[in-house]
Amino acid sequence: MALEQTQVRRAAHLARLDVSDDQASSFVDDLGRILEMVDQLQSVDTHDVAPLMHPLDATQRLRADEVTEEDQRERFQRSAPAVEDGLYLVPRVVE
Amino acid sequence: MQWETVIGLEVHVQLATRSKIFSGASTAFGAGPNTQACAVDLGMPGTLPVVNEQAVAMAVQFGLGVNADIAETSVFDRKNYFYADLPKGYQTSQMYHPIVGPGELEISLDDDVTRRIGIHHAHLEEDAGKSLHESLTDDSGREMTGIDLNRAGTPLLEIVSDPDMRSAKEASAYLRAIHSIVTYLGISDGNMAEGSMRCDVNVSVRPKGQAEFGTRAEIKNVNSFRFVEQAIAFEVERQIELIEDGGDVEQETRLYDPDSDETRSMRTKEEANDYRYFPCPDLLPIVLDQAYIDHLRDTLPELPADKRARFENQLGLSAYDAGVIAASRDMADYFEEAMNVCGDAKQAANWVQGELSAALKREHLDVTRSPVSARQLGELISRVQDDTISGKAAKQVFQALWDGQGESADEIIDAKGLKQVTDTGAIDAMIDDVIAQSPQQVAQYVEAEPEKRGKMIGYFVGQVMKASRGTANPQQVNQRLSEKLDALV
Amino acid sequence: MSDHTADYAPETVTSLAAALQRGDASSRELTTDYLKRIERADSTLNSFISVTAEQALAAADAADQTRAEGNAGYLTGIPLALKDIFCTRGVRTSCGSKMLDNFTAPYSATVVEKLNAAGSVSLGKTNMDEFAMGSSNESSYYGAVKNPWDLTAVPGGSSGGSAAAVAAGLAPASLGTDTGGSIRQPAAFCGITGLKPTYGRVSRYGIIAYASSLDQAGPMARTAEDCAHLLGNVAGHDLRDSTSMARCVPDYAAELDAPLAGLKIGLPREYFGDGLDPAVESAVREAVKVYESLGATVRDVSLPHTRYATPAYYVIAPAEASSNLSRFDGVRFGHRCDNPDDLVDLYKRSRAEGFGEEVKRRILIGTHTLSEGFFDAYYIKAQKIRRLIRQDFLDAFDDVDVLMGPTTPTPAFDLGAQSDPVSMYLQDIYTIAINLAGIPAISVPAGMAGGRPTGLQILGPHFAEARLLNVAHQFQQATDWHQQRPAFAKEMI
Repeated sequence: MALEQTQVRRAAHLARLDVSDDQASSFVDDLGRILEMVDQLQSVDTHDVAPLMHPLDATQRLRADEVTEEDQRERFQRSAPAVEDGLYLVPRVVE
Repeated sequence: MQWETVIGLEVHVQLATRSKIFSGASTAFGAGPNTQACAVDLGMPGTLPVVNEQAVAMAVQFGLGVNADIAETSVFDRKNYFYADLPKGYQTSQMYHPIVGPGELEISLDDDVTRRIGIHHAHLEEDAGKSLHESLTDDSGREMTGIDLNRAGTPLLEIVSDPDMRSAKEASAYLRAIHSIVTYLGISDGNMAEGSMRCDVNVSVRPKGQAEFGTRAEIKNVNSFRFVEQAIAFEVERQIELIEDGGDVEQETRLYDPDSDETRSMRTKEEANDYRYFPCPDLLPIVLDQAYIDHLRDTLPELPADKRARFENQLGLSAYDAGVIAASRDMADYFEEAMNVCGDAKQAANWVQGELSAALKREHLDVTRSPVSARQLGELISRVQDDTISGKAAKQVFQALWDGQGESADEIIDAKGLKQVTDTGAIDAMIDDVIAQSPQQVAQYVEAEPEKRGKMIGYFVGQVMKASRGTANPQQVNQRLSEKLDALV
Repeated sequence: MSDHTADYAPETVTSLAAALQRGDASSRELTTDYLKRIERADSTLNSFISVTAEQALAAADAADQTRAEGNAGYLTGIPLALKDIFCTRGVRTSCGSKMLDNFTAPYSATVVEKLNAAGSVSLGKTNMDEFAMGSSNESSYYGAVKNPWDLTAVPGGSSGGSAAAVAAGLAPASLGTDTGGSIRQPAAFCGITGLKPTYGRVSRYGIIAYASSLDQAGPMARTAEDCAHLLGNVAGHDLRDSTSMARCVPDYAAELDAPLAGLKIGLPREYFGDGLDPAVESAVREAVKVYESLGATVRDVSLPHTRYATPAYYVIAPAEASSNLSRFDGVRFGHRCDNPDDLVDLYKRSRAEGFGEEVKRRILIGTHTLSEGFFDAYYIKAQKIRRLIRQDFLDAFDDVDVLMGPTTPTPAFDLGAQSDPVSMYLQDIYTIAINLAGIPAISVPAGMAGGRPTGLQILGPHFAEARLLNVAHQFQQATDWHQQRPAFAKEMI
């Protein structure tokens, strides 16, 4: 499956990556060749094969419903770019 | 043209677990911002989720409560999108293999009609945080939004109905039925004001008789029973008008504004999202065995529909009373305790539906916070039944209990001297006094046509009751007065 | 200090542990010595992103105290280096990215907690490809790492800093991570021993995720014996990682000496095909002969879906990565752009500025392959092929105990030689399928090709780490490739 610039732009937008025009065309090139390599998969007959999402056939272990975490806000917010009154700040979101 | 409305609801119910769905942080409401957001909830690099067993149990309980299929294997998926209150850039949810499969829920409408609404499925997911917009600015003074992630990771059960509802009334009845069942099961506090239950409404219209659905609009976050009805009413009208004017309904997300009572488009410049769901690689499939499901089924409490049927069939309540009382587990529990104390289901229902409900409504109280306990009410009803007080005095006693003037009905009856006089001699003496003091009325009575005397006796009853300060037994007064006056004719 | 060096050289974890036990050296002396080596050599190698001298000396003193109190374990006082992908509380954890250049981890990874509890001493955080995406360590925000065997060659990646540091003697051992070969390939390029355990053997909690269903941490050291001691300490079930398995951890060191007579070795035909450097191939064939001399039998086997491993990997890993890396949004931690216009601008510029090219490439590929209309054709298809790849291994292990082949098709390539992403990806052709199948594999030094080391890769069934370590150890008893040291290390130390 060939890749078009609009698809790269769409992926960049979904992934929230600012991409310049120059970068976009270089990504179209790189990504196109990666997908070309990936396209070899299409030649394998996978009829009746179930997808393997996880390498071991294990099941989820459940956690007891207990409060085990305490407040560490101060520690967690030390690496935060912008906080005020314990809140993380982002540019005003209009709903 | 005749139009038909088609409605489907997506109800998000916060599950009443102590800790979050994927972390050990507390879910308690009202803590300081971000004090209950642990490393996992914040999406700190390297953190991983582990599923809360209670959230799973609660989802299964709900499924059993609506006779749904419980998935032997269910899988968590990631729903990928960026938003300020979504810390990881994805919401962990269940897209392809939800834990609760198809089921159904019976709803009662005002006219004692019931309908079955299909539950398409219900799935577990994590809640997002909250955005706060008030008076925050950055260093250069620009307005900012503050993000509080305490709510992030709170377990949600999203209950998706089939598009089975045909009116706003049915939609709100369905929402009430969901509310009723989740509170019965104790899996949610159902508090809509605090956001424990939130509802997205899908609405479309189609010409009556047309098989295929019209284009639907999704109204987000409609958070009260009343708003659901109002939002649908507005939206239905908007869509019909639009189509009749030759336009097309757009598939879009809308927001209901209770202040202006209208819905408006949430459309932004953003192009349609693509959530890129895929199985969450940090979590393994949840596999439930039959023994586990059977155990939860065996320990399920009596549910609203069963309770309603029992109230109606075994206790002899009217369908209406049974329905209203059974709709709330707290109300039903209150009713049953009062009934057990006084031994009279109908009287208990009358009081709960009458005096108690009115007083609760007046003061905006939930039944669990009623100043009059079920035991107190039951004892009060007993005092009416054993003729200790009159029905009228009982209302006084109820009010006094409500106001905290005493610990029990008996205490108030004593204190206020409300005990009914049933002593025949004392009543006769009072009657004789009244007759003696009312020669004119007696004369009129004697002269009146016999069929009119029945009405005229009311005057004498009133006088006797007044003389007894309401404590005389009215039936007794009535009977003795008739005998004595008729003797004068 | 360096006059003590002779007493415990060559520096393996095992020899240092013995020296500490005998009282020939204190942890403070060892730690001081390693910190000096790093200071002398690392401006050339660039194998560390952060050196935590102060914390290391404090930990060394605490370890010496523990030992004085008679409570020392095997790793007490042993200096180690940690790949900068492991969260270390109070220490910058960058993952090789500008995005996390300013990130001080508020908590420690489970494996770090385990190593701390064992009393080992962290010297610092080693360089790596950005977010573990790369096979050359050239995608690091902190610059390329040089291969101590040849300063014009790459050390491999993504755990390139760890491999270079151990090879150069700047740390006796290191903990790395491996998503598609990131422990084994740099181990092979730098002439050390590296083990990728079974998926689920070691907790991933606190390891900054690249591809969650493939990532696994493991030891990188000079010898299989050292790897056994490290793995025994870090392996095991973790309540914080749903994908870690509740299986007991064997005493890996206790099984190292089991004889190999009767060992059945399979040589996958597909691992000896086109593109394999003849010198690498002959080193592997020589190694197999050593095993035959130790009593093993050898047969050819086939892993028919091998050629689809790389394509499947480049769907699955970027898909998971595109989602895993969404949390780096400039809001709660990490790089944030200046003066964002609005929320979308904040996201887009913070991420564009914080991530390097290779990371962006993989995020874009993953985003694209997961998107509507492509999901089934790419993601689901790749996961189906992943099942076929795993089945190839399960079938092969019905007939043989272990599989052997080269770790990499070539020895370390020159810095800057691989500018094309696809040809870079094909460097991992022998290592990637192992991650997709979740099985364990170890790379051991097996010879030299043009002055650069080459690795023998040994593959085993799920949870067969003890067997792999035993098989690797026996080779190292019979050969001395693992004892060879680069001239650079001899000069600097």
